[in-house]
Amino acid sequence: MKTNDVILQFTAKIVFFIIFFYAVHIFFAGHYTPGGGFVGGLVTSSAIVLLIIAFDLKTVKSILPINYLYLVAVGLLLALGTAAFSMFVGEPFFTHFFDYFNLPILGKTSLHTAALFDLGVYLVVVGVTMTIIQTIGDDE
Amino acid sequence: MEIVMAFVCGFLFMAAMYLILSRSLLRIIIGTGLLSHGAHLLILTMGSFGGSAPPVLADGVTDYVDPLPQALILTAIVISFGVTAFFLVLAYRAYHELKTDDMTLMKGSEHDE
Amino acid sequence: MNNFLLLPIIIPFFFGMILMFGQKNISYQRVTSLVGLLISIVCAFLLLLNVYENGPQVVTFGDWPVPFGITMVADSISSLLVLTTLTLAFFIVWYGFKSIGKEREQFFYYPGVMFIITGVNGAFTTGDIFNLFVFFEVLLMSSYLLIVLGGEKAQLRESIKYILVNVLSSAFFVITVAFLYSVVGTLNMADISIKIAELNQPGILTVIAVLFLLVFGMKAAIFPLYFWLPSAYAAPPIPVLALFGALLTKVGVYAIMRTYTLFFTHDLAYTHELLLILSVITILAGCIGALAHFDVKQIIIYNIVIAVGVILFGVAQMNEVALEGAMFYLIHDMIIKAALFMLIGIVIYVTGTTNLRKMGGLMKTYPALGWFYIIAAFGLAGVPPLSGFVGKLLIVQGGFEAGNLWSSVFILASSIAVLLSVIRIFIYAFWGEQGTISPNVNPSTYKGLFIPTMLLVFISVAYGVGTEWITPFMDHAAKMLIDPSIYTDAVMKGGE
Repeated sequence: MKTNDVILQFTAKIVFFIIFFYAVHIFFAGHYTPGGGFVGGLVTSSAIVLLIIAFDLKTVKSILPINYLYLVAVGLLLALGTAAFSMFVGEPFFTHFFDYFNLPILGKTSLHTAALFDLGVYLVVVGVTMTIIQTIGDDE
Repeated sequence: MEIVMAFVCGFLFMAAMYLILSRSLLRIIIGTGLLSHGAHLLILTMGSFGGSAPPVLADGVTDYVDPLPQALILTAIVISFGVTAFFLVLAYRAYHELKTDDMTLMKGSEHDE
Repeated sequence: MNNFLLLPIIIPFFFGMILMFGQKNISYQRVTSLVGLLISIVCAFLLLLNVYENGPQVVTFGDWPVPFGITMVADSISSLLVLTTLTLAFFIVWYGFKSIGKEREQFFYYPGVMFIITGVNGAFTTGDIFNLFVFFEVLLMSSYLLIVLGGEKAQLRESIKYILVNVLSSAFFVITVAFLYSVVGTLNMADISIKIAELNQPGILTVIAVLFLLVFGMKAAIFPLYFWLPSAYAAPPIPVLALFGALLTKVGVYAIMRTYTLFFTHDLAYTHELLLILSVITILAGCIGALAHFDVKQIIIYNIVIAVGVILFGVAQMNEVALEGAMFYLIHDMIIKAALFMLIGIVIYVTGTTNLRKMGGLMKTYPALGWFYIIAAFGLAGVPPLSGFVGKLLIVQGGFEAGNLWSSVFILASSIAVLLSVIRIFIYAFWGEQGTISPNVNPSTYKGLFIPTMLLVFISVAYGVGTEWITPFMDHAAKMLIDPSIYTDAVMKGGE
């Protein structure tokens, strides 16, 4: 039976981007205030889940042709790489570095290696959540 | 405040145990979720409720809450999220393969002749 | 500050990640995992030598001052265990090439093994009680993956119970850490040890000690809490079973050993007496199980329970001789259990059954297998000069020194039950009339299974015969266990 879900599909297309950019906002907010990779990742995967509900798994797979397990691996590598970087410069494992830079548009910004670690966490969370949802969803 | 929290933790543990001891697999998983919520709340309570400001770096704040229990809870939440998700997938697969979600029908030992 | 001690943890983790790519290419998966394990073994060996010469190595993450950051400590206990873990993993992975099956190899078997090694090594090395929980979860998550991998009905059914038990024990772990934190206000193990010494063990700490025993005892499978072990371990294929049997329970044993020598040393009359009683009952329960079953897997699985009891009996004595014996026996048991599981894996492969009653007469067709089995069986029971002898001797000697005459005699008597249980496999499977033989035994598969097993049995023999060379390391470890101040000083000093 084909249900009439024009409204859902139309809204999902727009709301997906709103949720996604909100996730990006949360991700960067985690720099000095509550937020961060874990929450950002969960919000992003909820956006993708919204797409899956509105369309179906196959369509979403063709829109976002990502192997989520590779996403997990890349995220873990990024996190470990950031943590292990300090080993090569003679500091204890997990030491982070930060400094203030004058970027073209943003002005004076603090750049912190912890953000890279958080990006790794973000990728892992998106990857794991989507893998689980796909595993269950595949059977329908 | 600690007394109230102790009762809330106790109630969560009680509900969790009730659910875990039931037959249906789904209830058991919800029970484990409640159990970890209870445990997280207990960490918060055990860290005591002193301090008024959040433990975020700001000028002139001296009376802030102990950040360590919060860090522990965050870690524990992430872990229990992962485990619960895995458990749900496994339960779903098991339901498909074994055609039941009743724990009493999942007793093993058909290998002993 | 010394990052080198992290390498045996980071290298398997890193290789686990690269193994997540290229799942379909089996030869890539095999070669990469062996290379990763070899590099880690070399690092662990260098670490052991370094620790032996320069004392415990300490690193605190993120350059934090000591009691605040997460500390990793490699002393002689943890570096010995890390080296053993990696060596065993190497042989088990090699053994798995011929027996784990193509489907599992293509579905995250090797990353799972690598992550479990990361968790085990991390748990052995960490110096922070909450970080211990995190590493426990890392190894548990990978063990969930490995136990369910393949998706047979029995595996699904047993893994649900396995996960449920472990989720409960993890929740208890978190609760116990919360209680401990509220009493001592720190999570660094060295700092906890110092703070507890200042508090002089009030009643609440004894409660926490017993709670820790409950948490770790669930993982280590001590007496009332071993109920989940036999059926859960029987479900996965042999290489996974060997990995679990050799490593996972031992992590729990290590955790009990660490907490009961480092923290809870002020109310020995209660905590260690309880441990003593529980370990004796554990041995008894294990002996009954090992003698009652006719399933080869179950017999060896119940032998895990017995060994856990013997090691914890050594820990409960709290004197240097018994602790040295416990260390000897712990490492002996890791090696010999892996070897035995691999051997019975071959027996199951050539006969096609796990039921002892259907086996027989393998001595005529596979004489080498029979000889290696009997060597491993004698080693397990502790026939001199094989590997189990020294450990048990020291544990019993320590028991006599501590005045626990009858329970020490009981430990000796339990060796006979152990010997009987494994010799029974020998008598039924290798002697007598020809039993069932699997129709499709491939000689090259047999060879592929037999060579790593043979090498591992040689290692266990070398461990027994070469006790002379290993003793200095064990002495070092026992001194560490009996005198927490060496550990705490090293940690407190290392962060500056």
